[in-house]
Amino acid sequence: MDRIPILRIGDVLLVSIQIDLQDQTALALQDDLSSKIVETGAKGVLIDISALEIVDSFIGRMISTTAAVSRVLDAETVVVGMQPAVAITLVELGLTLDGVRTALDVDRGLALLSSALGKAGSDVEVDDLAHE
Amino acid sequence: MWKSMTSPTSESEATLTLAIVNDGDVVRGRQAVRDLAVSAKLSLVDQTKLVTATSELARNTLVYGGGGELRASIVSEGGRQGVEVEFIDDGPGIPDLDLALTDGWTSGSGLGLGLSGAKRLVEDFEVDSAPGRGTRVRIVKWKR
Ligand SMILES: Nc1ncnc2c1ncn2[C@@H]1O[C@H](COP(=O)(O)OP(=O)(O)OP(=O)(O)O)[C@@H](O)[C@H]1O
Ligand SMILES: [Mg+2]
Repeated sequence: MDRIPILRIGDVLLVSIQIDLQDQTALALQDDLSSKIVETGAKGVLIDISALEIVDSFIGRMISTTAAVSRVLDAETVVVGMQPAVAITLVELGLTLDGVRTALDVDRGLALLSSALGKAGSDVEVDDLAHE
Repeated sequence: MWKSMTSPTSESEATLTLAIVNDGDVVRGRQAVRDLAVSAKLSLVDQTKLVTATSELARNTLVYGGGGELRASIVSEGGRQGVEVEFIDDGPGIPDLDLALTDGWTSGSGLGLGLSGAKRLVEDFEVDSAPGRGTRVRIVKWKR
């Protein structure tokens, strides 16, 4: 089975999926990402799917779960580069990718992450106040 | 694992048959159907819809049907061309098809979008299944 490499740039883990994903490979990536977040203390995960020719329910679930798990581990996930044909198909299939942030390309994804990370501190304060 | 054979019907050209027994076969099935969709000159969006439906149905064949077979061919009818894909297994069958076709219903741990979503992605969609008789799903995506 292939494993997808995970790169680290500062606070961000970067994954670029360059192969047609087998289910086991997708699951392994999900596990590897969670371990890497804990290991490195990364605050952001950027997944580049520009080379993916389809996103089906399995890959969609992997992406949603990864975003949910990273959030619990205090990291934000952004998915970038979805091809237009893939986006159209995804909507018709019925996949909503709940809770997943998206951006058009890697640059915009990184910008989104850095603004999200920059604001993280004040968000937490507002949240604490709201609960008291 | 590939066999090429002449189809019994006059409308379709050679049929590609692929055994679906593991994850890798699902990927090979997607790639084979993509190649046919390109040959049949489907638009990129239609190729993507057909390949995504194929991925869902081939995975069901593997996961619920316990493995089976994918057959794909280019078909024509009344001057239009399309790609037909069949998914065949000898598994437990689907006891309640209406339920299985409900968005969000799964007997396992999926999202329950495979069958219902695949149906939305293609023009022709037929399921032949009964408890103990296995499952056969046939889809066609027509060139517009
Ligand atoms: N080939 C098959 N043999 C037996 N049962 C099947 C087969 N295909 C589908 N089913 C049944 O129909 C249900 C719905 O299938 P569907 O593909 O829509 O959802 P899923 O596979 O459970 O989840 P998802 O595809 O969204 O990951 C399955 O949970 C299963 O019970
Ligand atoms: Mg399914």
